[in-house]
Amino acid sequence: MEENKVATAANFDPMLPQPYSVLQVVKETADTFTLTLQARNGAGTAPFEPGQFSMLWVFGVGELPISISGDPSDLGRLVYTVRSVGEATNSLVNREVGEAIGVRGPFGTGWPIHQAEGRDVVVIAGGIGFAPLRPVIYEVLHNRKKYGRLVILYGARSPRELLYRKELAAWVRQNDTQVLVTVDYGGLSWRGHVGVVTTLFKYARLQPARSLAFTCGPEIMMRFAARELENLGFARENIYLSMERNMKCAVGFCGHCQYGPHFICKDGPVFSYDKMRPLLEKYEL
Amino acid sequence: MDGASVAERSLLTLQQLEHLILVLHRRGYEVIGPLVRDGAIVYDVVDRLSDLPAGWTDEQEAGRYRLQRRNDGALFGYVVGPQSWKKYLHPGEVRLLAAERHGQTLRILNNETTPPRRAFLGVRACELAAIAVQDRVLLGDRYRDSVYASRREGIFIVAVNCTQAAPTCFCTSMGTGPRVRSGYDLALTELVGPDKHEFVVEAGSEAGAEVSRELARATAAEDVCQQADAAVERAASQIKRRMDTTNIRELLYSNFDHPRWDNVAQRCLTCANCTMVCPTCFCTTVEDVSDITGTHAQRWRKWDSCFTQNFSYIHGGSVRSSGKSRYRQWMTHKLASWIDQFGSSGCVGCGRCISWCPVGIDITEEVRAIRESTTSSKESGHGNS
Repeated sequence: MEENKVATAANFDPMLPQPYSVLQVVKETADTFTLTLQARNGAGTAPFEPGQFSMLWVFGVGELPISISGDPSDLGRLVYTVRSVGEATNSLVNREVGEAIGVRGPFGTGWPIHQAEGRDVVVIAGGIGFAPLRPVIYEVLHNRKKYGRLVILYGARSPRELLYRKELAAWVRQNDTQVLVTVDYGGLSWRGHVGVVTTLFKYARLQPARSLAFTCGPEIMMRFAARELENLGFARENIYLSMERNMKCAVGFCGHCQYGPHFICKDGPVFSYDKMRPLLEKYEL
Repeated sequence: MDGASVAERSLLTLQQLEHLILVLHRRGYEVIGPLVRDGAIVYDVVDRLSDLPAGWTDEQEAGRYRLQRRNDGALFGYVVGPQSWKKYLHPGEVRLLAAERHGQTLRILNNETTPPRRAFLGVRACELAAIAVQDRVLLGDRYRDSVYASRREGIFIVAVNCTQAAPTCFCTSMGTGPRVRSGYDLALTELVGPDKHEFVVEAGSEAGAEVSRELARATAAEDVCQQADAAVERAASQIKRRMDTTNIRELLYSNFDHPRWDNVAQRCLTCANCTMVCPTCFCTTVEDVSDITGTHAQRWRKWDSCFTQNFSYIHGGSVRSSGKSRYRQWMTHKLASWIDQFGSSGCVGCGRCISWCPVGIDITEEVRAIRESTTSSKESGHGNS
């Protein structure tokens, strides 16, 4: 019924998607969905590093770079959290169970999680930027002894736009884990923090000299978060950002994702703040 | 000439050059060479010597390209036209895949059509340098572009040393010409006069030497070789355009906010011509097409340009919405960040972007303007806006 040329080392074409099936679509918020995919033909799923992304192709519509938001130790499936903002993302989240999606990847350089062994891990997420950080949380919680404390600072626009709410509640109860959540607009029933994510720093128990900080969210949020972390005593090379630019190929051929000398797709998307700081200040770079 | 004259050089007559095309055909190559079409010298399939632009030359200046008759029958008496060999190696449009969907079944098919084995006839030194630059970008990094690889492998290159230069040429500044140095199978130097028309030929590879042996050949006499060298020297001495590349990476990185970018943005139409004619520009986009039944889809890769608004679009808008930021991106990438990314400049000094810019923006002039207004305050005045 179905066939596909399986990529081997000799004829590997990084531009050729592999067919995957939609196993599950979970609605996270009004416009954000988490998709679980499984390779067809009994083919395995390539292992990924937290922070890496795939190119997801919807037949006849287009292809998008989407961060992997699932558990890196779960080798059988790939999980993505997608915010529907345009035609392509909309068609991606509207797939039904069993339908096919083309997958290329995983691509890019992820979070340097192994450098964090023996140190605290500070996760600072804004909005959909939480998705590529969730694999970091899974990695730390599965290997609890390898890491120090886990601090999760997460900001969303409103309580209704919070992702992974059940898991947030569960992570709060984990040992050596601090979870702080803030929203821009709380509404009457919200009893938590209100304000941008950097306002959470004063409640976080941070040990800047023995921590690695990973941040993903809108660029302006990351700029302020990194600046604040530096003020708190974090070394620039211990702060990591996940950058976003237009991407067509994910392998350095299309040229779209250039950011100064860097290709976001292969040199990133994760970069240390000492590399990004001079570039973040440049308007329309 | 250093190195180049060490290899034995032979002499071909016009008839023997015709024979070269036959030999290449016999060896299974589709021969691509220069021909006159639409008022320009372009690259396409050539079947015989008479397809070549005998007696034509090109007259170029910033924003200007015209064909002119020569008063001799030179075959390679022009410089470079709007096309480069990337037309064949990194095509403007190529199908990446075709797919079929029936219900929940999806069939994804690789495009396995093998491109023909090609021989390029008339590759200039700057163009060889451009091919080497694209090799580095599309084959020499973490991933290999299979489209480029399948077209690049087994290519046979007949290079031609330039014996005249256009006013737009600046290969001598970029260290790429006018003499070919490496990366060719055969290199020709055309000698044309009132009573002779011949070609000094040297092999640059085993395949080239084999083809050369197949042609009826005579060793080029010392004085003929000297004439050939002098002709290339003459081309070098004709080149008046200069680009000072000293610390150019630092120069452009440290002048991100230079007022010259506003100045050039007032002239630049963001038409993308420079990126289309550039032999090293490699940017592409991917487009999906599907048929009316919704069961067949194709993905096509097409040349794209950093001068378009959409190029840097991410949700919420384009990162580079101003023309200023797009010109700056193109020039800074070409001359500065390319060095960080791929170990060399992205510019080979062919001058195409100067000739084919509809408003005559000159990359060498833009570099000079920035340099002169930054290196020394004493030299203030011209160039700065």
